[in-house]
Amino acid sequence: MGPNFLDNAFFRNIYCNLSESDDVRCSGGGWLGDGLLPGGFEWLAFLITAILMAAILITLVLNASLVFIWAERRLLGRFQSRIGPNRWGPYGSLTPIADAVKTLFKEDIVPAAADRWVFNAAPVIMMVPSLMVLAVIPWGTGTFLADLNVGILFIIAITSLSTFAIVMAGWGSQNRYAMFGAMRAVALLISYEIPMAISLLGVLMIAGSLSLVSVVEAQNVPFILVQPLGFLVFFIASVAEINRAPFDVAEAESELGSGYHTDYSGMKFGLFINAEFTATILSSAVIVAVFLAGGRGWGFLPSQAWFILKMVPVLFFIVWTRASWPRLRIDQILSLAWKGLIILAFINVAVSAILSFIWPAPSTSELWLMAAINFGVLIVSVFAISSWFGSGPVSTPRMSHDEALPRPRPAGLSAGGDS
Amino acid sequence: MSVAMSGAELAEAIREIDSDAVTDHSDDAVWVTPSSWPDVAEKLRDLEALRFEMLTLLTTVDYVDHFEVVYHLVSLSRNRTGVVKIRCGEGRVSPSVPTAINVWRGADLQEREAYDLMGVNFDGHPNMKRLMLWEGFEGHPLRKDYLR
Amino acid sequence: MTLNSESVIVNVGPQHPSTHGVMRLRVAFDGELVTDAEMVIGYLHRGSEKLAEERTFTQVVTLTDRMDYVASMTNNQAYILAVEKLAGIEPTPRGVWLRMISAELQRIVSHLVAVGFLLQDLGAMGTPLMYTMREREDVLDLFELLCGARITNSYHRPSGVFQDAPDEFWPRLELFMANMPGRIDEYEQLISGNEIILSRMRGVGVIQPDMMINASITGPMLRAGGVDWDLRHRQPYEYYDRVQFDRPIMDESDNYSRYLVRVYEMRESLKILRQCIDQIEPGPARDADVPFVIRPPEGDAYVPIEGPKGELGFYLVSDGGISPYRCKVRPPSLINLTLLREMVIGLPMAAMIVTFGTVDINMGEVDR
Repeated sequence: MGPNFLDNAFFRNIYCNLSESDDVRCSGGGWLGDGLLPGGFEWLAFLITAILMAAILITLVLNASLVFIWAERRLLGRFQSRIGPNRWGPYGSLTPIADAVKTLFKEDIVPAAADRWVFNAAPVIMMVPSLMVLAVIPWGTGTFLADLNVGILFIIAITSLSTFAIVMAGWGSQNRYAMFGAMRAVALLISYEIPMAISLLGVLMIAGSLSLVSVVEAQNVPFILVQPLGFLVFFIASVAEINRAPFDVAEAESELGSGYHTDYSGMKFGLFINAEFTATILSSAVIVAVFLAGGRGWGFLPSQAWFILKMVPVLFFIVWTRASWPRLRIDQILSLAWKGLIILAFINVAVSAILSFIWPAPSTSELWLMAAINFGVLIVSVFAISSWFGSGPVSTPRMSHDEALPRPRPAGLSAGGDS
Repeated sequence: MSVAMSGAELAEAIREIDSDAVTDHSDDAVWVTPSSWPDVAEKLRDLEALRFEMLTLLTTVDYVDHFEVVYHLVSLSRNRTGVVKIRCGEGRVSPSVPTAINVWRGADLQEREAYDLMGVNFDGHPNMKRLMLWEGFEGHPLRKDYLR
Repeated sequence: MTLNSESVIVNVGPQHPSTHGVMRLRVAFDGELVTDAEMVIGYLHRGSEKLAEERTFTQVVTLTDRMDYVASMTNNQAYILAVEKLAGIEPTPRGVWLRMISAELQRIVSHLVAVGFLLQDLGAMGTPLMYTMREREDVLDLFELLCGARITNSYHRPSGVFQDAPDEFWPRLELFMANMPGRIDEYEQLISGNEIILSRMRGVGVIQPDMMINASITGPMLRAGGVDWDLRHRQPYEYYDRVQFDRPIMDESDNYSRYLVRVYEMRESLKILRQCIDQIEPGPARDADVPFVIRPPEGDAYVPIEGPKGELGFYLVSDGGISPYRCKVRPPSLINLTLLREMVIGLPMAAMIVTFGTVDINMGEVDR
């Protein structure tokens, strides 16, 4: 185990209780005393710590997705001028648990024509990428599972795995609606990976590192201000990547029933839903880490609390969009990616390259200067792209007016009586 | 201006198209022969004085000894309505009328419905299948002799 | 190497979120594009026309409720007008005004439902639908005051309406009329200018007006194609010649214009309601001399009215008995579907669903 693991406060707190490490950062042992395991068993301490940490984080995030499901349903209720779930627990807060129990007890149906292996594997594979992304997110100062030096690359690579799961679900179901959903999802996910990756290039140029921890440390000014165009493209692309409205064509319940998971029931369906909500939470976490300065805030709250507080408006915005906008058509979504977002992302790369050539290691004031220039670029380029994409002026009906009253009643037609 | 063309007016107009077409007329309707119908229908639509562009309602009535197909026509440009009826299937034997679908596309579903429920055959309709009921259903429920 | 491909045939419906009931479309897709479509209906066929032959003329009113069940009042109205024409019954003035009020309220409801479900088809997560349902509730409460029922009203009777409006109806109606213009503006702000809506609905599902006339398509669809054809104006029935209103006409004939025409027609309905409230006169709501069981003389009658979805009418034949010898509905929902195949071929799947939604059909009326 390299010493950099012990920089991780989260890891250190558990590890130092277990092992008799003589590392200086472990001096004084953990809060339980020094070394529950005898010397020479550092590898076991490492294994136990790693598994414990992963288990804790996964549990937390899965529970957070339950909270998010509840919050989304309440919020949608308010957006739609109705009450929302309010039966189980205060303000309906136990509804997701009731739903989870119900989902567990539902009959697990596998269609007769389905390809059983593919059909059963799909929901499991769907969960994998959303849980693996967990590893590299810096939830606060020193609170992360792993500080990979290719963190951002890891995220982009791992999230594209969900394409497999969706195709497997669509193919394995032997259902035409599911297949339609899967084909749409593949087209969408592959298209949006490109602007998503390119939009992060500007961030990397300024931060000078692919590690998410270093990206957070570089944000003396949050990158949402320094890289507004990059943020815009990344945000739109991540909403598309997680299949949320207005890009929910893969599910598209008004067209496809429910797309690639039409034929799933019981806990397999629950896994799909849970993966979807977990992905939403994690993509908002990535946005917070990369663009909203992660856990950095003011001293009166711990950094982890800042991180979660910053996730709330991002999630709220995603729910808000879902409540108010209809769905785009798949061809429009693809043309938005290829003709709009990629161009915007490349503009951002070009401008960022020039700026980081001028200021190779920007100070805080230089970051502010970059922000001002980038906002100018944002306004000009978005205006140009949207006037290219936007539809023309809206026509309103012309009103065909009546002649003066009383109008002559034609003979042969009356209020009903005389004919 | 009269909205509804009286049967006499309409009979007069149709006699100009085909002198043998009209068999009878009442206050508000005119009866024509089935054989003359395709020609008469086209003229009713196209003649400048008539211009019945729309067939609003096509229906059939079972009068036990014969069937009657009723066409309600509307002229949007003239704002006039007219009623044309065709007697067919005397003695309840194989009622059939030439289709009007080539003149008015709106006859499509209405003729299929009439065929389905009343059993009046519209000769020349390209897709004379049942509309409401399933293929293989026996009988035509709107007929008066259909057992309930 | 040549790429072999074959079109996929998908059954859209009869159980599908966007077929507005139990419509079934057999659609052939080439990728996402529709190459052929066939309509299979009849899943809600209840034989209403046959049932009507076994009921008295007044009892048939309850059957008409169940045809277009989001616009029961206008169905009642169309049927009653045909009965009155057949039997030569003269309605009381107050009854006619109440019928017009209820019919215009029903037109607003029907358009609200059309707009709300259209937005649902567009994938708007139910928010516009919930808003339109909120206003629909207000109108249904008004109907409850009028006749005790909310959906299947059976309010209209030969010679008038079943009962006069109670006193508390009028302030509630005023409240609704005061709220509604702001609510319609709210929809317009949420929907009409939205870039996604515009890009998805404009220029899609275009159909030529002369084709629509030839295919007997009527109502908002026809008016969105630039044809000024509104039976309330061109062939006034009841007291529509005593009220002044405009007809919103659009020339684009695409999905967006069909939507917008409906929104504007709600405003015109409010105008008509205002004039009805101002002009309604005291008196009996129905003629007590008209018996419950009427025996119209032999003959036939057809009165077309402008229903919310298009020309709606009942063709009644009497043999002098107590029940209709033949009762035939002119269903705008069914006939407006005549050109569906032509409209959807070549569109992507999502646009097909939206085009289908803008036709605004009701399966209760399509199948009867």
